[in-house]
Amino acid sequence: MQSAAVATEVEQDNPLIEGLERLPVRPTALVIFGATGDLAHRKLLPALYNLAHEGALPERFEMVGVARRDQAHDDFREMARESIQRFSRRRPDPKVLTGLIDDMRYVAGAFDDDSVYEELHKVLDEFDERAGQDLNHVFYLSTAPQFFPVIAGKLGAGGLNRARDAETRIVIEKPFGYDLASARKLNAEVLDVFEESQVFRIDHYLGKETVQNLMALRFANALFEPVWNRNFIDYVQITAAEDIGIGGRAGYYEGAGALRDLVQNHMMQLLALLTMEPPSSFDADRVRDEKLKVLEAIVPPAVGEVGSMSVRAQYGPGTVGGKRVVGYHDEDGVAPDSRTETYAALRLHVSNWRWAGVPFYMRTGKQLARKITEIAVTLKPVPHLAFQSSGSVGVQANQIILTVQPDEGVSVSLGAKIPGARMRIRPVNMEFRYGTSFMSESPEAYERLILDAMRGDATLFTRGDEIEALWGIIDPILTAWHEDTMSPVPIYPAGSAGPSEADALLEGDRRWRRL
Amino acid sequence: MSEDVWSERDTNPDAIEAALREMLRERHAANQALAPARVLNLVVVVDRAWKGEIANRLERVGRYHASRTILCAVEDGRDTLDAVAVMSYEDSPGGGVGVMRETVEIDMGPEHLTGLETIVDPVVVSELPTVLWCPHGHDDAVRALRGLTDVMLLDSDGLPDADEGLARAQEELKAAYVVDLAWLRTTPWRERLAASFDPPARRPSLAAIEGFTIRYQSSSTASALLLAGWLASRLRWDTRPLAATNGAGLHGRAYTTGSRYIDIRLETAEQEVPGLAGVTVKCEGFELSLDRAEGGLRAHEAIAGHGEHSWLVLGASRGEGGILGEGVRQALLRDPTYGPALDVARGFWAHAG
Repeated sequence: MQSAAVATEVEQDNPLIEGLERLPVRPTALVIFGATGDLAHRKLLPALYNLAHEGALPERFEMVGVARRDQAHDDFREMARESIQRFSRRRPDPKVLTGLIDDMRYVAGAFDDDSVYEELHKVLDEFDERAGQDLNHVFYLSTAPQFFPVIAGKLGAGGLNRARDAETRIVIEKPFGYDLASARKLNAEVLDVFEESQVFRIDHYLGKETVQNLMALRFANALFEPVWNRNFIDYVQITAAEDIGIGGRAGYYEGAGALRDLVQNHMMQLLALLTMEPPSSFDADRVRDEKLKVLEAIVPPAVGEVGSMSVRAQYGPGTVGGKRVVGYHDEDGVAPDSRTETYAALRLHVSNWRWAGVPFYMRTGKQLARKITEIAVTLKPVPHLAFQSSGSVGVQANQIILTVQPDEGVSVSLGAKIPGARMRIRPVNMEFRYGTSFMSESPEAYERLILDAMRGDATLFTRGDEIEALWGIIDPILTAWHEDTMSPVPIYPAGSAGPSEADALLEGDRRWRRL
Repeated sequence: MSEDVWSERDTNPDAIEAALREMLRERHAANQALAPARVLNLVVVVDRAWKGEIANRLERVGRYHASRTILCAVEDGRDTLDAVAVMSYEDSPGGGVGVMRETVEIDMGPEHLTGLETIVDPVVVSELPTVLWCPHGHDDAVRALRGLTDVMLLDSDGLPDADEGLARAQEELKAAYVVDLAWLRTTPWRERLAASFDPPARRPSLAAIEGFTIRYQSSSTASALLLAGWLASRLRWDTRPLAATNGAGLHGRAYTTGSRYIDIRLETAEQEVPGLAGVTVKCEGFELSLDRAEGGLRAHEAIAGHGEHSWLVLGASRGEGGILGEGVRQALLRDPTYGPALDVARGFWAHAG
C-alpha cells in the first residue's frame, strides 16, 4: 500500500522540484515570426542567449525563425550570432552560443502563404521525432500588427493551434489593436483559433523587475498598504519620458502617437498595478481579475471632457544633450501637417472606495529633457505643523518614488531635522536600487516573459478582457483628438519638460515633478 | 567605481567603525541623495598567508558582492590589529541613487580569535544578516562568532575527508542556516534531473528508478554524496551506508518503501575542475545520462523500443568564482531540501570512509 501511495504521489507531483530556484520548463520549440526584425535582433535573440547561458531554457529546446527574407538556415544563424554578440547584456560564452545557434532553423516566406505553415509543420514534426516526444510549441508574433490575425488564422488552418500531447501557446507583441474596435476584432480573430489560456499578449513593462516589485512593495510591506488609499495619498504622477525622437520609425509613429505607443499599454499597466486590490493569490487569473476590476473603475471621459483632462503636443526644434535637433514636423517621413502627438498628458480618476478623489496624472513624451520612467506617489501633508519653516525649505509631503528606468529602484522622501540649534526641517531621500541591493542585476524583461510563456504562466501578460478595458479608457480621447482637426497642437521645445499646457491638468499648487 | 580608503596600524574596532562612519558621512556630504540600501554582511576568516588568494576569489564573485565584507586575516605571532577599510561607490553626478560596497581587512593574531565577536560586532552593519565563511578552518572564530552568524558559508568538499566536511556542515546547521558550496556544485544537475522527470509521462519513472551512477572529480566526494542524498531524500528511499570500491568510489543500495532496491554507484572520474562529471539514472526501460560538455551538459537517453537520443542541454560553466558568488547570493534564500540531503549523504558515508 505504501509503495502505491508513493507511486501515486510521484505521478501527481514532481518531488525533485522542491527547493529549486529555477523550475523546469517543458521541452519546447519556439517559433519566432518576424525573426529578422528589429525586436528579434535587439531583444528576443539576446534574451534567448541569456536564458541559455544561465541554463534556464528547457532541457529540449528548438527554435525556428520565420520571416519573409529568402535566406538559408546558415545565414539566419549568422544573423542571430551577430545580434546576440551585439546586444546581449553579457559577453556570450562561445560554446553556449554555438550550442544555441547551431540547431536554429529558418523558414522563409510571406505570412499569408500556406506553404510557410506546411514547411513549419514539417520542421516541428522533425523536432518531435528527434526528441522522441511531442515538444510544446510557442509561436511568438514579433511582426507588424496587421499580420497577427493572418498568422493566427493560418496556424489554425494548418492544425498548428493544438497538439495532442503537448501545449501550444501564442505570444502576441504590442500593439494589440489600434483602438477599442480593432482590439475587439483582433481578440475575436485570435480567440477563434486559440483558447484564452493559450494566448500571451506581451507588455514588456510587466517583465521589468521594478514593475513586479511594485506588487512586492505594496503587498509584502505593512508599512505601505495602510496608507495606500484616498485618506493618505494626495495624488500620483506617472511619467514615461524619453530623450530621443522617433528615429526612423515615422511610418509606425505617425499612425500611433504617444497615447497608443505608451499610455494605453505600459503606463496604464503601471496604474493598474499601483491601484488594484490585493489578489487572493498570485495566480495569473487572480492578479488579472484585480487589474481588470480597477481598470473598469476608471471612468472613460466623455468626448466633451477630453479637452479638460488631457493635453497633446508635438516637439519642436531644440537642444537635447547639447545637440540641436529638428522638430517633429521636420523628421523624415512625417507629414508636414501631421497632428500626431509626441507628448500626451492625462488626468484620470479611479472611481472606487479606495481611490475616490485622488487624481492620477500621467505624461509621456519624446525629445524631453531626460529619459525616465517613474511613479511618484505624493502623500497628504501632515495635519498640523509644529515647526517653524523659516530658514529652511520646510516640511514637504512624503513621496514614494518608484523608478522603472533607467535605474530600477525605490526612494522615499522624509522630512528630517537639519543639524543645529533650531528645529529646521528639510526633505531627505532614502534610496534603494533594486539590482545592486540584491547583489544581482535585473534580467531583461524579455528573458522573464519568454520563460513565463514557455512555462505557461500568464501572470505578467495581458488578458483579452483587460486589453479591451485598457482601450476603453483611451478610446474617447483618441476619438476626440481625431475629430478635432482645427485647434492647434501645442509645440514644446525639444529638450524641455514638455508643453506648459500640461500644467493646467494639475489642480491647486501641484506641479509636475522635475524630469 | 571610485574608492575612499582608510587604514591604521595597531587599531581597534571602534576606530574602524568610526572610520566607516566618517567615510559614509563624507559620501553624504558629496551626494546628499545617498542612503545605501544594504542587504548582507560577509565575514571571512582566513590565514593571512592566503589572504590574497581569498581576496581574489571574492573579487571574482562578479556581481554578487556582499554590502559589507570583513576579511579577518590571521597571522601567527601578531598581537595587534591593523586595518584597511575601502568604500567603493559609483559616482552619480547630479545626485540620483548611490551604490556602495565596503570592504574591511583586519590583520590579527590567533589569540584574537577567541574574542573575535568583540572585534567583528562593532564593524558589521547591524540589522543585516551576517554570513560567516572560514575557508581555512579557524574553529575558534566559528565558535566566537556563532551568536552573530545568521548564515554559515562552507564547502563540504573543502576538507580532505568527505565525512569530516559533511559532519561539520551538519553541526553548523544546528546553529545557523548553511550555504554549502559543495551543494551548489550540484545545482545544475539537480535542476536537470528535475526537468528530465518533469513531463507527466516521465514522472512515474521516478518511482521505478533501478539505479544511478554519479561520476565526480576525486576532490568532490561530498558533492557526489549530496546529490545522491538529495535523490534519496526527495524520493523517500530507505538508505544504507555505501561501501568503498577500491578507492575509486562508493557502491551500495537504497530501498523503496516497497522493498525494491536501487543500485547506487559513485565513481571518481578524470576531470580538471572540481565538481561532478556526470550522472546516469536507470529506470525500467529507460536510461538517462548527463555529462559535462562544452556549452552545457550532454544528455543521452535510451528508451526501450524507441531508440536513443543525444542532445546538448545549454548552460555556461559558472566556475568556482561563480559558485562562490552564488553562495553569497544564496544566503538570502532558503533551501529546505539541503538538510535532508545532507543527513542522507552522511548516512551513505557512515562505513565507507
